[in-house]
Amino acid sequence: MSALIEAEGVSKSFGGLQALTECSLSVPKGSIAGLIGPNGSGKTTLFNIMTGYERCSDGEVRFDGESITGATPEKVFGLGIGRTFQITRLFFRLTVLENILVATQRHEGWLRSVARRAGSAAERRRALEMLDFVGLAGLASSPAGNLSYGQRKLLELASLLVADPAVLLLDEPTAGVNPTLISQLSGRIRDLNRAGKTFLVVEHNMEFVMGLCHEVTVLHQGRTLVSGTPDQVRSNPAVLDAYLGGGDDDDDF
Amino acid sequence: MKARLPARVLLVAVGIAILGLFPLVFSNPTDTSIAEFTLIYMVAASAWNMFSGYSGYIALGHAVYFGVGAYALTLLANHLGFAAGWGVFALVPVAGIVAGLVAIPTGLIALRARRHTFVVITIAFMFIFQLAASNFGFTGGTSGLQPPTPLWSAVAYNDHFYYVTAIVLVLTVALSWLVRRSRFGLQLFSIRDDEERARGLGVRVARVKLSAYVISAIPVGMVGGIYAYFLGQIFPQFAFDPLFDLSVALMAFIGGLGTVFGPLLGALVLESLQQYFTVQSGASQVYLIIYGGLFLAVILLLPRGVIPSVEDLVNRWRTRGAVQDRAREEGDGGRPADVVKAAGAR
Repeated sequence: MSALIEAEGVSKSFGGLQALTECSLSVPKGSIAGLIGPNGSGKTTLFNIMTGYERCSDGEVRFDGESITGATPEKVFGLGIGRTFQITRLFFRLTVLENILVATQRHEGWLRSVARRAGSAAERRRALEMLDFVGLAGLASSPAGNLSYGQRKLLELASLLVADPAVLLLDEPTAGVNPTLISQLSGRIRDLNRAGKTFLVVEHNMEFVMGLCHEVTVLHQGRTLVSGTPDQVRSNPAVLDAYLGGGDDDDDF
Repeated sequence: MKARLPARVLLVAVGIAILGLFPLVFSNPTDTSIAEFTLIYMVAASAWNMFSGYSGYIALGHAVYFGVGAYALTLLANHLGFAAGWGVFALVPVAGIVAGLVAIPTGLIALRARRHTFVVITIAFMFIFQLAASNFGFTGGTSGLQPPTPLWSAVAYNDHFYYVTAIVLVLTVALSWLVRRSRFGLQLFSIRDDEERARGLGVRVARVKLSAYVISAIPVGMVGGIYAYFLGQIFPQFAFDPLFDLSVALMAFIGGLGTVFGPLLGALVLESLQQYFTVQSGASQVYLIIYGGLFLAVILLLPRGVIPSVEDLVNRWRTRGAVQDRAREEGDGGRPADVVKAAGAR
């Protein structure tokens, strides 16, 4: 299977701190890939580089074979890569429906965007469909700031879906979400995957990752440690060391 | 929504009628002069709000565009040999365009920063322009410039300016309303709430912010031009006035930041009060104390501004009515205390 989105040899340093060292990650088209690793291992940094929020010092990011290294987040989204944030970000003073309508961008001229009313009938219908899909249709007209934490995560997902991206990058979708919503969320991800969407999920919830992902990559101290099926990763001694400590690192003391 | 539309249309029609009839009813030049200054600030507050209110970037340097408009109109009228009279008003749109053009580079620079840094940069621009106008030869330095003075009768003198400003006001408010309901407006609001996320959803933030900034500078430049022509003279201190920036921002805050009519209400109240006190007491800066007091009162009592707070009240009152209706339908209307409690609990 060809890779839809991939990072190759990506390095990034913040001043003296080497956050990523020659990381490589490949997400095959139509798969659900997982990215795990201990806190501070560079998962979100890699995410940010892949979605244009940060620039890498070295390496390349490719989408569908084309280099997108250093593209702006707006451009990355326009190409069909949607992302959510670790700490959920919404437009709190806009309504739930308006939150979704923001994402229904067309590549339209500036003058048209001033003259056209926000949300055509078709866009509203589609936005409501997406809200229905995540189970928030009843809250369409309430301010997004009134939603519960779990509902915010779902709204964040819905507002990506309305733009119909080819690949979705989810940064810790289950953090702070109750178990019922987690199972709803993984159900939705499976539905979408069956419909052809590709996913890359950063997670700490092992049960969620191992149950959902076809392939898991482990980051440790800014390097890719292993890549493989959930079973391979689970039984890899290097992964256990990374999570539980021990091994070579401790001998140095 | 549909049912509320006629009420709004009626309100706008009444507003335009009052706007049109005011000088006929209050023909005293003292009154029309107050009205003219009020209209100028209504335009400025409404235009400022189109950028700062909608995008959340508080600009405190729109005096730059006010002053540029004032100087542009004066310089063009003098150098192109415009005869004093109606003809000079043809330069008002030109003053707006010049201000818009100046807003492109200044906006580009200021919008590289966010929040407090952005505010400080816009203030800095205001002082840079004030200093420049005081020192350049073509602006007349500190002694300023005089545009041609029309030979209209003293009684009807103000009315000419009043009606031209009224037209600019109607156009500005129409534009503000158009932007607020447009896709462009939604993009601005998304930037106000979370710019990073807006980028992640494909909003081309740099372009959206700059174009809103330029759009908001144009009406400010237009009324700057009218202001210079109305006063018959222009100095750097009045053209690039820090108090202009504070006033305009305060007007929008008091009326309701990000609403279409809030800034109009704020300007109507504050500017007419200021002019009234200036005329009454002769001490032109007394109004600043009143501004401060009003601002404190609004921040404490109606933190989101008058219009949103009143809207909330109306909505609460409406839903209370609806709850009562529902309760009555369910045969529950005999216990008003519960109904009120239910409505209050919302």
